[in-house]
Parts: sequence; C-alpha cells; structure tokens
Amino acid sequence: MKQRLPLLVFLAVLVLAPPLLPEFYVTLLNYIGLYSIVALGLVLLTGVGGLTSFGQAAFVGLGAYATGYLSTAHELSPWLGLLAGLGITAAVALVLGFLTLRLSGHYLPLGTIAWGLSLYFLFGNLEFLGGHTGLTGIPVLELAGFKLDTGREFYYLIWVVLLGAVLATQNLLDSREGRAIRALKGGGLMAESMGVDTARTKTIIFLIAALFACVSGWLYAHLQRFVNPTPFGLHIGIEYLFMAVVGGAAHVWGALLGAGVLTILKQWLQDILPQIFGQSGNFEVIFFGIMLILVLQRARDGLWPWLVRLVPVKVDRQRTVAEAEPLPCRQMPAAGTVLLEVKDARKQFGGLVANDNMSLTVKAGEVMALIGPNGAGKSTMFNCISGVDPLTSGEIRFLGERTDALVSREMARRGMGRTFQHVRLLPTMSVLENVAIGAHLRGAKGVLSSSLHLERAEEARLLAEAKRQLERVGLGEHLFEEAGSLPLGQQRILEIARALCVDPYLLLLDEPAAGLRYLEKQALAELLRKLRAQGMGILLVEHDMDFVMGLADRVVVMEFGEKISEGLPEEVQKDPVVLEAYLGGVE
Amino acid sequence: MSTPILEIRDLCVSYGKVEALHHINLKVAAGQIVTVIGPNGAGKTTMLSAIMGLLPSKGEIEFQGEVQRDIEVEHLVAMGMTLVPEKRALFGEMSVEDNLLLGAFMRYRAGDRDQGKTMDQVFGTFPRLKERRAQLAGTLSGGERQMLAVGRALMAKPKLLMLDEPSLGLAPLIVREIFHIIADLKKTGVAILLVEQNARAALQIADYGYVLETGSVALEGESRALADDPRVVETYLGLGGKKQ
Amino acid sequence: MDLQIALLLGQDGIVNGAIYALLALALVLVFAVTRVIFIPQGEFVAYGALTLAAFEAGKTPGTLWLLLGAGVLVALIDTVIAVRGGNPGRIKRIVLWDLALPAAIAGLVLWLEPATLPLAAKVALSLAIVVPLGPMIYRLAYQPLAEASVLVLLIVSVAVHIALVGLGLLFFGAEGSRTTPFSEAQFNVGTLTVNGQTLWVLGASCVLIVALYLFFGRTLYGKALRATAINRVGARLMGISTTLAGKLSFTLAAGIGALSGILIAPITTVYYDTGFLIGLKGFVAAIIAGLVSYPLAAAGAILVGLLESFSSFWASAFKEVIVFTLIIPVLVWRSLTSHHVEEEE
Repeated sequence: MKQRLPLLVFLAVLVLAPPLLPEFYVTLLNYIGLYSIVALGLVLLTGVGGLTSFGQAAFVGLGAYATGYLSTAHELSPWLGLLAGLGITAAVALVLGFLTLRLSGHYLPLGTIAWGLSLYFLFGNLEFLGGHTGLTGIPVLELAGFKLDTGREFYYLIWVVLLGAVLATQNLLDSREGRAIRALKGGGLMAESMGVDTARTKTIIFLIAALFACVSGWLYAHLQRFVNPTPFGLHIGIEYLFMAVVGGAAHVWGALLGAGVLTILKQWLQDILPQIFGQSGNFEVIFFGIMLILVLQRARDGLWPWLVRLVPVKVDRQRTVAEAEPLPCRQMPAAGTVLLEVKDARKQFGGLVANDNMSLTVKAGEVMALIGPNGAGKSTMFNCISGVDPLTSGEIRFLGERTDALVSREMARRGMGRTFQHVRLLPTMSVLENVAIGAHLRGAKGVLSSSLHLERAEEARLLAEAKRQLERVGLGEHLFEEAGSLPLGQQRILEIARALCVDPYLLLLDEPAAGLRYLEKQALAELLRKLRAQGMGILLVEHDMDFVMGLADRVVVMEFGEKISEGLPEEVQKDPVVLEAYLGGVE
Repeated sequence: MSTPILEIRDLCVSYGKVEALHHINLKVAAGQIVTVIGPNGAGKTTMLSAIMGLLPSKGEIEFQGEVQRDIEVEHLVAMGMTLVPEKRALFGEMSVEDNLLLGAFMRYRAGDRDQGKTMDQVFGTFPRLKERRAQLAGTLSGGERQMLAVGRALMAKPKLLMLDEPSLGLAPLIVREIFHIIADLKKTGVAILLVEQNARAALQIADYGYVLETGSVALEGESRALADDPRVVETYLGLGGKKQ
Repeated sequence: MDLQIALLLGQDGIVNGAIYALLALALVLVFAVTRVIFIPQGEFVAYGALTLAAFEAGKTPGTLWLLLGAGVLVALIDTVIAVRGGNPGRIKRIVLWDLALPAAIAGLVLWLEPATLPLAAKVALSLAIVVPLGPMIYRLAYQPLAEASVLVLLIVSVAVHIALVGLGLLFFGAEGSRTTPFSEAQFNVGTLTVNGQTLWVLGASCVLIVALYLFFGRTLYGKALRATAINRVGARLMGISTTLAGKLSFTLAAGIGALSGILIAPITTVYYDTGFLIGLKGFVAAIIAGLVSYPLAAAGAILVGLLESFSSFWASAFKEVIVFTLIIPVLVWRSLTSHHVEEEE
C-alpha cells in the first residue's frame, strides 16, 4: 500500500484539479495530457524499443484531420472520425514501417523527417482540407448524451484516455510480448534466435506509437474545434521526441513528466524571451536544443529516474514466482536418431572463406564436440547451423528437413536452442525474465491480451518454466537479480537455461565452460550428461580439453574452416594432424 | 629483471557491474619479450585494451618511468606504445603503402619526415609487403595481413610493441615465420608484450611469461621454467601434454 | 512545356543539384567519420549566406558573437579538463584556437568596415566567422557523446539544429536576404541564357569536389580521416584521435555548408530557416547513396535538383511533397537491395 501512495496522491490531485484551478491552468493541463499521449508512444518506441521517430506530429495530424474533415464536410459522427483516423494511421504506419524497419536503425528517423515534412506540406496545400487556414466548425464531442464543450469537461476525457494508455503500456511491457519489445534494444540477434520475430515486434511498437499519436490528434481536434497544419509540423514532432527524452524515455511516467516540464517551460520562455531579446519569435527552441544536449550528455536516462530518487518510497520488486501448471514438452526422439546433418557446407564472407567442405552429424542422446584453434571457423559454423548466417553453398538438415535457407527464429521453432560465444543477454533485466525470453514460442497470447493482462495464466506458466530451468542449471538463487550483475561464467550458464526454455531437441553451446571455475565446470558437465541421458543432442564448441575429452562422445576437429579430423576423443587426441594443428610451435 | 619499460600495478577492469580483470601486476623489461598466455575468456585482450587506454581501468600503469594518469590512446602512441589488435584493424580499402604511412601518423604530426626510411626498414623485415605495396590491404592473405599489421605498428618506431594473438587463424608455417620475425624484432631493441593462446610457441621465444586465468595472474616465471611447469603443461599445452 | 522551358528548368535543377551534391558529400563524410547524421548542415548554409548579406548591408553579423561565445565556452571547458587531467601544457593551444583566433576575426571585422571591402574579402570574412563554428559545435555538443549510438547522436543533431535555427532568427531576423551576384555576365547558348552566377556555382562545386578528392587521396590528414571512417579502433591505435577526426570533418562540413550558402545567396532569397530544407535535400541525396558512396550521393543530388525544378513547374504547391516523398521509393529500393542482419552497436 505504501508504495502506491505517490500514485494515489497524483490521481487525487488530477481529479480535484479542474474545479479548483483557473481556466488557464486547466487548458495547460489539457495540453500536457494530449502531449503525454504522444510522448508515451515514443517511450515505447524509442526508450524501450530503441527506434526513433521525429514524425509523430504527422500522425497527430492524421487523427485530427480525419475527424475534422469527416465531421465537417460529411457531418459524420466524431467516433467514425476516430475510426477512420486510426485506420488511415495504421495503414500509413504499416507501409512506413515495412519500408524502414528492416533497414539499419537510422533510416527510420530519417524517413520520418522526410515523411513529417511532406505530410505537413500536404495538409497545407490540399484544398479540401482548407489549405493553410485549415478546417473550422468541428463539432463538439458527445459522450453518452453529455456534451464536452468546455476545457474543464474535456479534461477528464483526456486524462482518462492517457491513464488508460499508461496502464495498457505498463501491462504490455510486463508480458511475453513486452519482453520481446524490451529485447529489441541491444538484443535483436539473441531474440531472433529465441524465436522472436523482431521485424514484427518493431512494426507493432511503431504502430502503437502512431495510434497513440492519432488518438491525441482526434482529442485535439474536438477540444480546439478547428485544425490547421501548424501543430503537425516537423518541429512539433521534434518537440514530442524531446518530451520523451527529457522526461526519461525508458519509463512510462517519463512521458508525462517530460510533457509537463516542456509544456510549462515553453509557456514561460515564450513570455519572457521576447522581452529579453526585444523581438518576437520562437526563441524557446534555443533553450530546448541546449537543454536536450545537456540532458543527453549528463543524464541520458532523463529526469524521471532522478525524480524517483527524491521520493523516499521503496519499491518492492517481485520476489516469488507463482506455481503454475508446467508447459507441454516435446517428446525426445530415440537415442541415435540423426538430428542434425551438415553436408559440404561452405561459408564465404566476401573473399574470405570461413568454412569449407564441412560435414558433421549430431544424433539424439550424444554430445558432439567441435574443437579447433581460435579462428578455425567454429563459431561461423554455429551461426550457419542456427540460421544466423546463410550458407554460401552446401546443405544442412535438421530432423531430416533442409534448413539451410531458414532464419534463426525458424530454427528455434523447430527445436534448436543455442548460446553465444560472446554472452548476449539484457543486463538490466532480471535473470528470470532473460531466461523467459527463451520460452517465447511456447506462449501464444498477443499484444492486446497482454495490454489488458488477460494472459496471466499463460504468463505464470512461462515464468514457472524459466524458474524450473534456472534451478536445473543451478541459478535458482539468483532469479531476481539483474542479469548483468552475475559473473561472466554464470552469465554463460544463464544462456544455457534460456536455450533449455526453447525446449530443444538439439542444444548448441558455444564455449559454455569459458570463465568457469573447476567445480562449476564439473557441475556443468554433470548437467550436460543428464540432458544427454534424456535424449537431447548437444553440439559443443569448447577450448578446455579436459572438459571436452571427459564429456564428448565424438569429436570433430577444425582448422582453417575445414574438418581435419573426426572420431572418438581418444582417437582424435592421437591423430598427428591434430597434434600438429594444436602444438605446431616454432622449431 | 632490468628497469621495466612497462609496469602495471593492481590493474582492474570492469564491464558494467562485473569485474573482468582482478588486480593484475605485470612488468616488461626494456628489450625483452614477455608473453601472457591463457585460455579463451581469461581476459588477455581486455588487459591489452586497458593498457592501451581503449578501456577504462583502475590501477596504475607506468610507461617509461612515468605513471600515466589520464590514459589516452593518442598520448601513449606518441610516447612509443603500440598495439597490434587481435582483429588486426587494418584499413582494408586503402593500399598497403597508405596503411604503413598512417602507422607513422603520430610521428608525422610531431614533425618527423623520415617515413620513407622507416618504410624501407619495414620492407626489409617483410619483403612480401614491398611486393604488394600498391595492393589494397583488404585483398591480402591472412599471413600478409598480420605482417602488415605488425609493419604498420613498427612505422611508429615503438618502444613497446604489444601483439594480441598474432598466430590467430594462421597456418602453422606462417605462424612459424611470424614468430621468427617477432624473435628477430627483439634484436632491434624494442620490448614486446606478446599475448598468445599458442602457449608453446610463445614460451619458446619469450624471456618471461604470465599465465592468465579467469581474470587473474595464476602463474608467472621465466619462460623456460614456465614451459616445464606441470600445471601449464596440463592446462594450456593441451592435448599432447595430458596427465600421464 | 517547350524545349526552352525544359532547358531552363534543367539548368535550374543542375545548379541546385550541384549545391545538394556538395552538401551530400559533406553529410556522407561526417557520417562515415563520426557516425553523426549532420542535420545542422543546413544552418551553416544559412549562416554563410546571411553573414555575407549582413556585411553587404553594413551590419555586424550576430554569428560573430556566437563565434566569440562558443570560443569562450570551449576554452573554459577544455581548460578545466586540462588542469584536472594534469596537462596544463595544453592551455596554450586552447587560448590560441578558441580565444585568440575568434578575437582576431572579431577585431578584423570591427576594424575593417566590411561593407566597403571587395566581395572576395567579404566572402573570406564570412567563411572565417562561420567555419570555426563547425569544430566548436563538435566540441560542445558531440565530443562528450562520441561513443554514443547513432540514434543518440541523431537526437543531438536535431537539438543542435533547432538551437541554431533559433539563434539564426535572433541574429538575422525573420526577413530574408539576397546578396549581389559574383558576376552579372550573361551568355547565350542557342536559345538558352546562362547566368554568370550559374557558372560560378557549377565551377566552384567542381573545384571543391576536386579539392576534396585530392585532400582524401594525397594528404596524410585526408588519409587519416578515411582511416577513421574505415576502422575507428585501427585509426585510434595509429594516434588518430576520434576528437581530431571529428573536428576535422566538422570543419570541412561547415566550410562546405557556408560556401554553398554564399554561392546560392545571389540566386535565392535565404531566410534564417531556409538552410534546413536545403540541407534535407542534400540528405535525400545522401540516403540515395546509403550514406556511404560519394559518387552515388552526387548523382542523387543532381536527380533531386532536377526533380525539384521540374515539379515546381508542374505542381509548384507540391514541390516539397514530391521531393521528400522521393525518399520512399529510395527506401524501398534500399530495403530490397540490402540484406543485412540487424546487429546492434
């Protein structure tokens, strides 16, 4: 209860404000609310998802103009206007997203700059939208027979919508889809390997951000009751982004804080700057620009984390994982069944041949070790097998089917789990949630049920599975710690738990024992033996020879991208070619 | 050991909240080859990056008798420290000659104009580079790339040359050649800090060695003694030297 | 449309395209070396043109005060850092570059009465004021964030852009300006009339492009910039610091921007915020080149210039819409031709 106190005080102030405050402040709060809705979308898109748009004002414009035009020229209901606005916005966002989200990160913001400009000029030049004068006489909004024709009444609608959006966003982030969204920034490749369709996830958050902006525009049109192109220009789009960044782009409440601070500051600067400079103009942008640079240099997380530190309320993190019915598991094939078959694989990066003539098999219930000096091409082989990089030529079969053209998330879907040579996890997320990303494909509930938290039963099962795998690898004590605070060796073990959450037939482990101490290595070997006994196939890249030789059933030795030896551990150890590769020092 | 050209005391490096390197102490005497060996993930590359100022670190780094307070790559290069990184970091779309010229960038800024002479010396050490002087660095073979990386570092006329896994991905014959050249370089008076996985080859040409394991120095000693140390034989000399 | 109009529009398009090409080259350069998407490029165009216009009008341009102010700020910050880091030896350079140089320029401007000087001297003074702003802005806004992601740097760029636009309004007011042409000559080629200024723009662009080519191909500093663009770590290990490369590329970009502004000021009226749209068109060209290829960027720029001039004839109200919508098919094409697996920085 105590930790909810600030929120309750905030809500109480919000409810009581309109009757008590003068008109001017209510108007200001209305605008803060409208801007916050847009900024909230940017928190999701930029702060959490790592994508950026400078063109959100254009989406606000679409929402405003759609209802403005339909409700004046065709006298349709504002609610139809809302639907039309959402539809148009969604269509535009999908097309833009499709074009830019597959390119590297900076094309989206650049695209939105161009897009924001074109749409602004379009609003100003289309006859039927009233050109630069815009549309007037937009009808009053009616809600259940009640006319919202003053700012004080409209206030409640704006803030209910905003708080609803905040709640939905918070819910969404705390869910299976939310983990996928949070993985976008800094974990795209890892998430794909766990079965997350990152292009789809990016499109979803871009869409949500656009739709939030559209709703804000719709509210704006019926509050103002006229629209013209000015508030939808690129510079306003830039201000929306500033709000999110200044407030704290990684926190939903940062959107409200940023919108509040910038709106009030702008009001104040617009009053005093023309007096100081003795001429009129938008001089507040000078201060906004400098302020933003300082925020990015000095406090890149924005003002929200700083504000939270001032409020002496301890937030209790979740400390337990609820019991839940276990997720269904795959039936392991009989020991000895061929799981993976690589034939004559060749991988070329430009002129550099990283793998050539590589052939190997992994069977169910065996540990196959891939060894060789550094730079021999083992990790490249791993990336080809797991669908991260496409083969240049050759064949890969998994469970009898050709898979060399498939992407990594498809390999995860088919039952391949992997770890990475350089640990890839989300350092500020808890150990439990990091591992739960591995179980992504074992849940099915989407964005809508996540925002409404209608997927709690499934979520509990996913988290319980993550916990079970963590206990299995011996990290049961660390469920709620930040993943980045674990020692490097344990971070590798965490990756194994995450790969096990995929419920794989085949486990690919890239140097799992590196950085582990002796006893930890023993425990790891024990775990892998158990998995093998259950029928799982394990393909292992490792440098620690003691570890490999004591564990592997068969060994393939690579050098210069090719297989130079294959066989039982004892045979390989005696192979002169192998000895030469490993020990060929100077004479 | 005579006066050290490089002395590191209590060096610690952290990635985020995790400490990757714990209280490393290490010395390189003038004109010596010192090697640091150890398995993957032991922190060898991290250590070199920290010494070179590419990574923030705690502890003391003394180079040529001066404690470096504000460790900056450019400053260290100007003082005569060079690093040949594991990935070589060549300028692939530029010619071999331009790569070498850029190796002397800091000296050029300081007013030295003897790059032609230095380049001739480098060509003397690596005749293969002379043949390929007009070729783009990106088109060289693996061994030639390593030679170019070392040659480029020599263009700075370094006092201390740090090599990160020069044998990485090279055929045994080429490795042999590179190690011969490294051993020869010692005769020119440059001190060498050699980080290697290929423990046997490294210990053969080094005067002194350190074994790095999970971020700490596990063993150190004269390289000959180290090469015979059963613990090294067992752990790092790999397959052939397993427990009898 | 008859041939004469087509030729006229074509001439217009090529002239504008030449300017966009210069800007696109600077954008590609800055991005390759520093990973900064240099949105404020356009402000240097406007500052160059309007500083020259202020000289012609016999006024002291506000950019001079910006230069002095930025110089003092840089000097203060760098001095504190130098003293704290135990390098008081650096203070001499700081005083020379950040205080003495701007003061000398200010002294010249206030003493010489630029309105009475020949055009070439006015141009030189304008460049002397605007170009040093490039490295100073790099120092103040970007250098502390040199290791940040492209996205953070982009947001900084946008912040610098709006601050400079606001300052531009403060310095030059909302009125636009046009400057005297470099040459009043007119040539008749068949039915086509070519203005002297047109030839100036094309000539200067060609000279500049050749100069850049020589700089990157022949000088060690040019090679050092290329090296930084190819391999940042490798360049640092040669002693080419990120800061040096950043300041150098921002100096070049500021110079190219200011000169572009000075070249077009006699052809179009330049307002305090004109630069942004001009810069963005350079951007469309740079994006056509994927922010990496110089020749493609130049070709893209000519395309943008032609598209702009022809669409101003057919649908002048939608000129900007058409130019900026061009980016969509360009992005389609890029997304179809690039097959890169998204890898985070």
